[in-house]
Amino acid sequence: MSRQWQGSGKRLGPALAGAAGVLALVAAWEAYKALVPDDGWVLGEVRVLPRTTDVAMPHLWDMAARAAEPLTSAPDSPPLWLVTLQGAGFTLGVSAVGWVAGVVFGLLVAVLMARFVPARAGLLPWVVLSQTVPLIAIAPLVKRWGAQLEVGTFDWQDWMSVAVIASYLAFFPVSVGALRGFTSPDADADGVRLDLFRAYGVGWWTTFWRLRAPSSVPYLLPALRLAAANAVVGTVVAEVSTGLRGGLGRMIVEFGASASADPAKQWSPIAGAVLVGLAATGLVALVALGLRRYRVGEAA
Amino acid sequence: MTAVVVSGAGRVFDGGSDAGTVALTDVDLTVGEGELVSLIGPSGCGKSTLLRLIADLDAPTSGSVAVFGKTAERARKDQDYGIAFQQAGLLPWRSVRANVELPMQLRGGAGQRGKSGQPNKAERAARSAELLALVGLTDFADHRPHQLSGGMQQRVAIARALARSPRLLLMDEPFGALDEMTRERLQDELLRIRATTGAAVVFVTHSIAEAVYLSDCVVVMSPRPGRVVATLDVPLGTPADRAARGIGLREDPAYFERVSAVREALHSGDAASDRVPT
Repeated sequence: MSRQWQGSGKRLGPALAGAAGVLALVAAWEAYKALVPDDGWVLGEVRVLPRTTDVAMPHLWDMAARAAEPLTSAPDSPPLWLVTLQGAGFTLGVSAVGWVAGVVFGLLVAVLMARFVPARAGLLPWVVLSQTVPLIAIAPLVKRWGAQLEVGTFDWQDWMSVAVIASYLAFFPVSVGALRGFTSPDADADGVRLDLFRAYGVGWWTTFWRLRAPSSVPYLLPALRLAAANAVVGTVVAEVSTGLRGGLGRMIVEFGASASADPAKQWSPIAGAVLVGLAATGLVALVALGLRRYRVGEAA
Repeated sequence: MTAVVVSGAGRVFDGGSDAGTVALTDVDLTVGEGELVSLIGPSGCGKSTLLRLIADLDAPTSGSVAVFGKTAERARKDQDYGIAFQQAGLLPWRSVRANVELPMQLRGGAGQRGKSGQPNKAERAARSAELLALVGLTDFADHRPHQLSGGMQQRVAIARALARSPRLLLMDEPFGALDEMTRERLQDELLRIRATTGAAVVFVTHSIAEAVYLSDCVVVMSPRPGRVVATLDVPLGTPADRAARGIGLREDPAYFERVSAVREALHSGDAASDRVPT
């Protein structure tokens, strides 16, 4: 009981700090808008500070008010905030599928590299190289390949292409972090734990499940967080470049096109993307909570 | 049956930065059933390497190692020995009890699989309770390793080494990282454990006092290349007697005489290998 009390006491500090951070951002936005002239600051030909007009930087309360209004002027149009939330839910769902796929693939690659040293030398450069390919270039390709895929009654959906692209970004930190974690017993305490397992006469896989996998958790958790952020960014960008309907990416593009007439509208899906990021981080925090037993006594 | 027979063993490292280093050359060593043999010598004399050869954590480049009449590899796969290192090497995510039970949960070699059978959960719990009582940690069974002091962690490591009731215990400077007080307490504990279990022990140390206090036989080694320069018997009584005498034994003239003898053997071995005129 007393422990839980301590826990909630400790939580309060970060919560306050978080609220203060949000307030500081709000204040900075409005202060900038109030202090900097409408046209920004231009030095010679170069604009060094952006414009502060209502089109470029709407007041935060205008964004909030716009979110409460209907999406369009059509009589039965739902409010903007509801449409945004639905879009955020869709994007979060696709991100989650991409995250899970990326984590599974990343772990498989890491196990392969940990098990076979030649595979490490052969695969690791490709893993790094894979991240230098621009997302915008591969997104339409993945969509086209997916469209040609037909296995029995299984029909490839466009959102699956987006999830694949999200997983492509998500697997990278996982494979690198997990590999570091799986190989950490080689150096920990002069490799004593590996010597022990060898002394017990057990094979590689037993050593993996009993020693390498649990040892990897402190290295894996930051990688899972990074992967979650990557999955969300990958989903939004892939939604834009494949033109997938239903998610935040498409909304940002569509609302942006009408920004001069309705500047506050496009900030709703942007706020929605922030929400999706927070939700994704929260889900990973739950995973970390489930694995907390493996985080004690971590060296680094 | 003798516990360990090492004959003409040598180990030359090839590859890596220490290529061509002769870690051990022409080592003969016999450890009888229930006997405690200490390997002592300066750093780099190959005493840990010799222990690793017996444990089959490393293989000799010449000569042979037999453990209970089997090859070292067979003995390792049959879990015929328990082992403890200078670093306790506990698994931080397991409780103290679960750490002690670890060797019982892991199967031995493939040949043993299914045959002798693994101890079941109740048997494991009974055994770990027994061992934790032996090392005086009954109250800490549900603690996690990071909640224990270095000395307590080392006692858990020793309990873990004893988990499968091995007739041979290999210990590589197990008390090396501990303060003097804790060290002497654990030495007494080891004597008691020996008296109870009757296991043979190969004990690597660089403390002369520790070697004499614990051992039936002290093997003095010298570096460059690592070899045995002297083997001295230590007739100071059975482990049970020694444990009973405790501090009395540490202040006995017969004990001091043996300490001097080991010290002289160490220094003559050192002088011979360095060939530096003094």
